[in-house]
Amino acid sequence: MFDNFVVPNLLPAAPEIFLATMALAILMIDLLVKDSRRTVTFVLTQLTLIGCAAIQFATSTGEITYTFSNMFVDDLMSDLLKLFLYMTVVIVMFYSRGYVIDRESMNKGEYYVLALFATLGMMVMISANHFLTIYIGLELLSLSLYAMVAMNRDSVLSTEAAMKYFVLGALASGLLLYGMSMIYGATGTLEITGIAERLYGGGVNKSVLVFGLVFLVAGLAFKLGVVPFHMWIPDVYQGAPTSVTLFIGSAPKLAAFAIVMRLLVNGLITLAADWQAMLVILSVLSMAIGNLAAIAQTNLKRMLAYSAISHMGFMLLGIVTGVVGGDARYALNAYSSSMFYVISYVLMSAGTFGMILMMSRAGFEAEELDDYKGLNKRSPWFAGIMLMLMFSMAGVPFFIGFFAKFSVLQAVVAAGPGYMWLAIVAVLFSLIGAFYYLRVVKLMYFDAPADETPLSAPMDMRILISANGLAVALLGIFPQVIMSLCAYALLRSL
Amino acid sequence: MSNYLLTLAIWVPIFGGLAVLVAGSLGNDSKTRGLALLVAVASFLVTIPLWTKFDIANGGMQFVELVNWIPRFNINYHLGVDGISMLFVVLNAFITIIVVAAGWEVIQNKVAQYNAAFLIMSGLMNGIFTSLDGVLFYVFFEASLIPLYLIIGVWGGPNRVYAAFKFFLYTLFGSLLFLLALMYLFIQSGGSFSILEWHKLPIALGPQIWLFLAFLIAFAVKVPMWPVHTWLPDAHVEAPTGGSIVLAAIALKLGAYGFLRFSLPIAPDASHELSGLVVALSLIAVVYIGFVALVQEDMKKLVAYSSIAHMGFVTLGFFMFSAMGIEGALVQMVSHGFVSGAMFFCIGVMYDRVHSRQIADYGGVVNTMPKFAALFMLFTMANSGLPATSGFVGEFMVILGAVKFNFWVAFAAASSMIVGAAYSLWMYKRVIFGDVANHHVAELSDINMREFAILAVLAVATLWMGVYPQPFTEVMHASVNDLLHHVAISKIQ
Repeated sequence: MFDNFVVPNLLPAAPEIFLATMALAILMIDLLVKDSRRTVTFVLTQLTLIGCAAIQFATSTGEITYTFSNMFVDDLMSDLLKLFLYMTVVIVMFYSRGYVIDRESMNKGEYYVLALFATLGMMVMISANHFLTIYIGLELLSLSLYAMVAMNRDSVLSTEAAMKYFVLGALASGLLLYGMSMIYGATGTLEITGIAERLYGGGVNKSVLVFGLVFLVAGLAFKLGVVPFHMWIPDVYQGAPTSVTLFIGSAPKLAAFAIVMRLLVNGLITLAADWQAMLVILSVLSMAIGNLAAIAQTNLKRMLAYSAISHMGFMLLGIVTGVVGGDARYALNAYSSSMFYVISYVLMSAGTFGMILMMSRAGFEAEELDDYKGLNKRSPWFAGIMLMLMFSMAGVPFFIGFFAKFSVLQAVVAAGPGYMWLAIVAVLFSLIGAFYYLRVVKLMYFDAPADETPLSAPMDMRILISANGLAVALLGIFPQVIMSLCAYALLRSL
Repeated sequence: MSNYLLTLAIWVPIFGGLAVLVAGSLGNDSKTRGLALLVAVASFLVTIPLWTKFDIANGGMQFVELVNWIPRFNINYHLGVDGISMLFVVLNAFITIIVVAAGWEVIQNKVAQYNAAFLIMSGLMNGIFTSLDGVLFYVFFEASLIPLYLIIGVWGGPNRVYAAFKFFLYTLFGSLLFLLALMYLFIQSGGSFSILEWHKLPIALGPQIWLFLAFLIAFAVKVPMWPVHTWLPDAHVEAPTGGSIVLAAIALKLGAYGFLRFSLPIAPDASHELSGLVVALSLIAVVYIGFVALVQEDMKKLVAYSSIAHMGFVTLGFFMFSAMGIEGALVQMVSHGFVSGAMFFCIGVMYDRVHSRQIADYGGVVNTMPKFAALFMLFTMANSGLPATSGFVGEFMVILGAVKFNFWVAFAAASSMIVGAAYSLWMYKRVIFGDVANHHVAELSDINMREFAILAVLAVATLWMGVYPQPFTEVMHASVNDLLHHVAISKIQ
């Protein structure tokens, strides 16, 4: 009966299996933990993530390994992205701890367990080599996030945000599924590498394929949060509890980048000319609307939401310049610059939302821009950290944001004179973007504080935020390590 | 030690500035000031050997340092100075001492941050003058906006926020297109960001023109040239005295320096092709802005406009393509560093006492501040280009160069010296001479030892350069000749 059942190679999925087991265990353990002893859950969560990283190191072979009948892939790109993912989630959990403890309805074990499940979903997305795997990972991530956004049950704004997120997210999943089914219809397979082979072989109905591609790109754009599929971003960022906004605004960008790579580059590279043309429009629109709309915001979380839209638009520039006129010579350069951009963005975004969390107290959300007035008077050190984060986001050297923009821009310029206009558009919108980051610096440094109370944040939070800010500066001076890691990982994975 | 002089020139003030920030958190302002002065002096001392050990026969790069920085894009930590850049490193370090001293009693608010911002900025600007790698240059070029943005915004006048934003966004706009030009050169040269290699890179005329225009926008904003000069008067008026000094004495030179390091040698054919455009813009700056200066009511604004006119002479000199013109322009840049720095300091001295910069609020200052009036006189004369002051040497050389280029250009430039004398001396007359205008002026106290020392040092420098410019010009000859030789050869193949 079990003759043709072969036990799949579990090793490439070891971190996922470990995380799933631990998440379930923590859910059980948490039942026995009193609300006042929630630290146990917190520590276990962090240990789980660190354990995942350790397992990842131990099992990684550096080769492209398929398992579960080619549904799951482990390569250096997934290894690297997952390592940054663990790191980001660990930081996020640290940042959100104080905030969560201060808010009773959120201080539940579910918060940590949902975060772990969301992480699992992202890991599955990163390692997917099959449409179904991608979809399962995506839904695991999304459903966990919907619940997390709604966790602050008493807040009308949060509930509304969760509702909006859920409805629009479901729509996006639908679009993605529809696109996948079209492509399945054209190629007869759901396996990403299989699709690439079919397309390479030729004889596939192009019109069905491109029809599916449109829906696929729309679904991806939704998850990335690029214009015109960005509507949910500002509302969810603003409405969600800040600790959840921090989560949504950082780690999932890594996963979204991964599925873009898996679906479009690994699977549909032969259609590059088609999806690149679509992404160019999305990218330009995102930079335009993201940067322009951010200027009008008075709420910092909402401003950062629009900034996220513009950053994702900028990141797409690297994806659209991989294949130029059928020539994939610069692909590695272009895709790795996008990967570097995403990683840099996640680092900056985590630090910025971390600052908001640190400034917030029990019963007080420091999310209006005016709450940052005169921060330099109240705490010169943290004003300095925020200054570095803001200039980094604006792409001013010596911060990592500059080299992120630099590497993507050089990929665009390398693509040839036909793409020069794209580079010029990108720098002009960065100029507009610089305005609203400068405004935050202006509030902190030029204006008098509205309230003089000194910051009251626990020591571990202070240290971690400082480390995050200094990392933005130090990696801006020495960006080589992460840059070459990205390039190497992609070289071995594509 | 002498192998790391340029690294020291950049990083001593930057790390010193960070140390000042740390010292400031301990809360003792006078010790903080002392430390800042110590750092500034130390930073100046490390730049002295650059001048004394400089080989004047060598037109190439000296004190070169080369370390691989970001191998992924072949970006190097590549430093070096030649006869064109060396003087500015020394000047920059010198002016930083003046700035720290100028803010000694005046700045009582956030002393540590104030001094640290200037020290860090000084280090960053040294980085700009010494970078031989395009990205390194750009990184310093843009990073130096941050401290000046804060200086204007935190310690500036009533309209400081507007001025700070205008300054930052204007300059950022210019430099972003410049960044794209750097990337284009990176691709064209087959993956090199070395400025010296770009000098040798053959480029067709079309791309050269685009490159030249991208460079022009970046540097014209920074110089600033007409018509993108409008940020400068705002920035000057709102900035604290120290900020104005640094802005006029050093920051404006960055743009002009960029012309010599990038525009001329990388796009020589386009430079010849478009020299008419630059000359026209420069002449407008010299003549038109001179008249604009004449009607200013605010002293700082007047000197700001006069800076634009003086920098017009500089850009004019560059595009004469003669040794006389370029050396004259370089002398003018150094001289303007001393003179405009001193002018802004003089205005600051009066502003600290009366809290007004309006010319109409003054009159008869000589009666209450005789020592000050005498020194101010010298700088006013230098500003209007009186012989035996440094202001004369540069302008004279540029006009000589211009005569060879085109008589009418020289004529227009020379006649503008009359306007220059008019606005400088007229302002001086209205502020210093006449009857005591009001009780504010009657209550003025003359300059103290600190102010006197600052002005005296600047006066010595101005006169030295005016009477005996040899030590300044001799270091330039070889490099300027190399540059001209290079620019004369077409890059079109």
